[in-house]
Order: sequence, then C-alpha cells, then structure tokens
Amino acid sequence: MSDHDKIYSTQLQDKTERSTLLMFVLTAIAVAIGGIVEIVPLFYLPNTAMCQNDPTCNNTQHKDLNGNVIPMDKIIWNPATSANKTLDDWQPGDGVRPYKALELAGRNVYIREGCFLCHSQMIRPFRDEKDRYGHYSIAEESMYDHTYQWGSKRTGPDLARLAGKYSDEWHRRHLMYPRDVVPESVMPNYFWLNDKKVDVAETVETMKVLTIMPFNPVPKTIYTDAYIAGAAAELEGKTDLEALIAFLQSLGNHVKFEEGVNYRD
Amino acid sequence: MEANQATPVKYDMEVVRWFTIAAAIYACVGTLIGVYVASELAWPFLNFDLEWITFGRLRPLHTNAVIFAFGGCALMATGFYIVQRTGATKLWSNGLAWATFIGWNLIIVSAVITLPLGWTSGKEYAELEWPIDIAIAIVWLMYGFNYIMTIGIRKTSHIYVSNWFTMGMIVMITYLHVVNSMAIPVSMTNSFSIYSGVQDAMIQWWWGHNAVGFYLTGGFLAIMYYFVPKQAGRPVFSYRLSVLHFWALTFGYVWLGAHHLQYTALPDWTGSLGAAVSLAMIIPSWGGAMNGMMTLSGAWDRLRDDYILRFLVVALAFYAMSTFEGPVMSIKTVNALSHYTDWTVGHVHSGALGWMAMVAYGAMYHMIKKLWGVEKMYSEGLVNVHFWLATIGTVVYVVAMWVSGIMQGLMWRDYDEYGTLTYTFVESVSAMHPYYAMRAIGGLIFNIGTWIALYNIVMTVRTASSARSASAVPANA
Repeated sequence: MSDHDKIYSTQLQDKTERSTLLMFVLTAIAVAIGGIVEIVPLFYLPNTAMCQNDPTCNNTQHKDLNGNVIPMDKIIWNPATSANKTLDDWQPGDGVRPYKALELAGRNVYIREGCFLCHSQMIRPFRDEKDRYGHYSIAEESMYDHTYQWGSKRTGPDLARLAGKYSDEWHRRHLMYPRDVVPESVMPNYFWLNDKKVDVAETVETMKVLTIMPFNPVPKTIYTDAYIAGAAAELEGKTDLEALIAFLQSLGNHVKFEEGVNYRD
Repeated sequence: MEANQATPVKYDMEVVRWFTIAAAIYACVGTLIGVYVASELAWPFLNFDLEWITFGRLRPLHTNAVIFAFGGCALMATGFYIVQRTGATKLWSNGLAWATFIGWNLIIVSAVITLPLGWTSGKEYAELEWPIDIAIAIVWLMYGFNYIMTIGIRKTSHIYVSNWFTMGMIVMITYLHVVNSMAIPVSMTNSFSIYSGVQDAMIQWWWGHNAVGFYLTGGFLAIMYYFVPKQAGRPVFSYRLSVLHFWALTFGYVWLGAHHLQYTALPDWTGSLGAAVSLAMIIPSWGGAMNGMMTLSGAWDRLRDDYILRFLVVALAFYAMSTFEGPVMSIKTVNALSHYTDWTVGHVHSGALGWMAMVAYGAMYHMIKKLWGVEKMYSEGLVNVHFWLATIGTVVYVVAMWVSGIMQGLMWRDYDEYGTLTYTFVESVSAMHPYYAMRAIGGLIFNIGTWIALYNIVMTVRTASSARSASAVPANA
C-alpha cells in the first residue's frame, strides 16, 4: 500500500481532504451554523425591539412592580394612541420616536465624523453607569437607528442620555473648541461644522429611505408625506453644527422609566 | 508537501511577487497612519483643524489599511503561493489573479480617497460605502473562485491543511461581507443598514469578530501551517491536531461575536453563549499554537541564526497569548471592566501586530528568497533588527494599553467613602495621557521596523534582478 492511500485520520476526513467539492460544502455548512443560531432568533423573539407593524413587538412584555404589563405604547410612541399626534407635538417621555428632520441631518454628521469611534450610546445596567449616565439603555431605544450607533469604545463619555444635560450654547462652544470648555479633552475642534450647510436633499432622501426599510421601518403615519415635504423648508439654511446639536439634544429622553421595572429580561 | 515530479512545474509567481511588494508597502503606510491617529489622542493639536485628518475620519483609514491593504495583500500573496506549491500546479487562471491584484488595489485607493472625505457607512471595520462594498464582493469572489478552482486542478491526492483554512476564510468572508453590508443607498456616497438596533449590533459583531476569526486568524493560520514547517525544514508536528484545530475553529469561531455585546440591550443569552464558546475555543487555539511550536522540536537551535524563524515563533507565542486573553475578556465579570476601555484596543493589537504582522513578515521574507531565487536577504542583519523593533514595539504598545485600559475601568467604577463616584469622566481622560504617548511610541517603533523591512526587500529584489540580467540564467521561482 502506497503512502498516499493510507488513512491517517478518519474515513470521512480522508474523503473530505481528497475532494475539493466536499471540503467546500462541509466548510460552508460548518461556518453557517453559529451565525444562524445567534442572529435569526433576534428577528422573532420578544425583547429585541423587532416591531415591524406589530404594536406588541413580538409579545414583548415589560412588567411593573405589581406584575402588571406596561403597555408597549408607553415605551414606543404611537401617534394613534398618544395624546400627542405629530413629531412636532411629541414630548419627552411619550415613548421612542424616529428622529425629526434636523436631528436626522445631525445624525448623518455624527456618522460622517466617526463620533461612534470614541463615544458609545449604550448604557450598561451597573450602579456606576446609572450614576454617571442614567438609566440603562433598552432595545426599543435604538429600534429606529438604522446603522446602530452603540459604539465599542469610550475614549469620551457615553452619549445615550445626553438630552438636556447641557444647554445648546454649551454644546456649541464645546463642539467648536472642546478645550475652551473642558481643558483636558482630547476631542478634535469642530468649529468648521459651523461653516457647512446641512445637505437638505440627502436628509430628505434619508427620511424616505427609512420608511421603506425591510426591518423596523419608520411608520408612514409618523414620517407622513406632509412631514417629509415640509422638512426641506425646515432644514434650509441650517448648519451642520446646529443639526448635530439638535441630534445630541434628542438622545435618551424618549422613554419615562419607572423605578424597579426590568426593561430587559 | 510537494509532489515529486519528473518535470518541475512552472508556477505563476509574478502576481505573487507583486502582492508581496504591495503588502510590504501597505504595512508601512497602514501602521504610519496608526501612529498618527494614536498621537492625535495623546496630542490633540495634531488634528490641525483639518476635517480630513481628524481622528474620526483617519482611524477607519488606519484599520482598513492594515487589515485589508496589508493583511489582504499578504493573504493573497501567500495564498496564491501556497495553493500552487502544495498542489504542484499553476493557478487555474493567471489572468484572473492579475485582475484580482488590480481590483484589490483599486479598492484600497478608493478607501484612501473616500474615508478622509467622510464617506462612511458608520459600521466599524466595514466603513466603506456601498459602491466600494460591491467592488469588494466582486474582487473577493474572483479571488475565491480562482483559489478553489486551483485546489480543484491540483496534482496531489490530498488538499493541504493551509488550503482548508483559506477555503474557510473565503466562504466565511463572503457570507459576512454580503450580510453585514446590506444597506439602502440615499446617494452615491451614503447609505443606511437595512437592520437597526439590536439586530444590526449582532450582525455587526458577527462580522467584526469573524473578520478577526477567519481573515486575521484563519487566513494567517494557513500561512503558519505552510511556512513554519518550510522554514524549520520539518513536517507539521501533528496532522491529527491540525484536523482538530481546523474543524473546531471553523465551527466554533462563528459563535464568538456576541461576546462584544455583553450587558447591552441584546437578550442575555446571546452574550453568555458567545462567552461560553469563546472559552471553549482556548483548547483548539492552543492546540494549534502547540502544533506550530512543536514543529520546531529538534530545530530550536536554529533560532540562534534563523531570524525568519524568530518571526514565526514569536508570532505563535502572541497567537497563544491573545487566544487566551480574548476568552478571558469575554467572561462577563471581566468584560464588565474591560469593555469600552483601551484593554480591547491592546488585545486587538497583540493579535494584529504580534501574531498577524509577525507571521506575515516571516512568510514574506521566506517567499522573497524563493521568488527572486536568492540565498540570503540583502541584509540578514536588518531582518534581525526588524524582528527586535517589531517585538519591542508590540510589547510597549500592548503594555501601555493594558495599564490604561484597566485603569479606565477601575476609575469609572470607583466610589468614594460618601458613596458618590470618585472620578469625573474627564479625570480618566487626562490620566490616560502618559499611556497614550507610550502607545504612540510603541507603534512608532513597530512602524520603523516596517520601513527597514521595505528597504531590505527592495534592495534584495534589486540585487537579484541585476544579478539575473547579468548572468542570464533563469531563476528558479
């Protein structure tokens, strides 16, 4: 028996090693399994904020201290059941909503400048993070974030609950010249955002695209044709800096959290 | 490893030569950009108020340059080299290999232009915008198809272990790139992921960790399994261990991505599952590292004068170190401290500099001698200098990040005697300054090594070319 015919492992392994096709097929199956097991359930399990047109979001149930289910429209803003019917009337605490036109333009600036490389938007359920940043983040809060912005690094602080912490004027000065406000900061100066005008056409197109997303699209009852049509006028003449500040001031005040409720499971 | 043949095969090695030189150049450029962005964090004036070189725009260029330009060219050079030699055959299509070379380099050029302009999809390690994503898919499939067809026309009976790993990489990167890059464009330069929030996060880290697992690990293990035995002049220590190593990593690595999302808004079980499989992966990873190390048994004395072997052995040591560190960091209690800190950055670089770059350079030096038919590099002494600069640079970098990362984690969670947070966030930022400076210096030391390597390689090629034209004797590639 020549050396080439001797089997040093198992028959299956030997057969696989001799066949390009078999090796290819077995490898292609082996590498697919883990991803399927971890990813696919997130599209149909509760507590993953996969809502589509389902107001219960796959039967997600957050319960208060007495065991009563908190209605999902307290978590996710629903114009049909809320007292406040339009994006402009929405008030903090009404529930998770998509971004307003100017905020969305600011979000495009946030992504363009790579802010997520140094700032996370995902608060973990630890005592120190609660004291420093606020209530831990929940899945529903980023359900409209196409291209999520949780980040993976905190060279700067978390921004998930930045809304209302500082004034617009503070943000303006800090974004333009961070070290004027915080001497130890290592953030780049962004004063040049003040000279750039918001890309109106791209922002309007972004709104349209968000309504046709296959997963968690923005409902057309929120981005109504009238709202999208009016967005251009609202954005006209605004600077990237103003848009970015509007975005930062919209982060994390959507849901009114109650003490003692487990929002994650 | 190679079949004995009556007539020697004429391999298609010109494209391998070009990929090798390109890898050597991109290593210099990619790590130089790394040194610059690291310096921006230590001395923010270096942003120079120019939007194109702010940290946020330049950092993706650094990661793309080292992973896809340097790493990609090194993988394609070694891949086309190994698949021909282990199969005793020419490439299935030399023309397709050249098209791959040109296409891949055009993608790199487009990254250099678009990332500083702020054209980004906003996904870490997958920042390039949708037209470039489509180009990547096409060129990657050209590479993969050519590679697998070349395995198909091999003259040997068995497929060599390196080619299993490369095949795994080709398949997995195709899955990852296609699924993770799914987006709807709003213009030629901007697009948004079709997934949002929880689902997008899981898919992003499934991509992120498996780019590490199959591209930066699997692809480079293919290099290890060919070049360590070749350089040591000894067969792989254990064939059965390599079978175990391959199938365990191929099946298991895919599950790890979720450990990047511990304590986030994902359901708890995903992170726990990711961490459990991460811990299990220590066994095959260390088995593989031992397999490489033990290949040297009986040849350890050669480390005294074989500088290429030094690169390969230290690479294996870093491989073992980071495949232990990674699972430790995936444990929830450790992750609670390490996540969001510089420790993660240090971990990545112990893998990227210590393992990936070291094993790639070992292979590149080995290949250059064969490809240009020379006995020695232009200067063997400079190989040794490069080795020490690379090793010291990596250690300085990683140690700086360990200290700063753990310090950040401890400062953020520290409470004083009154039950309030001891430190403001910005106090942790200013405490990092010395370590950020140290990290930039470590990176600079590594970067200097890459320039020395480039000089040495260019001089070797020039010397070989002039010798060849003088003697007019064909070199045996």
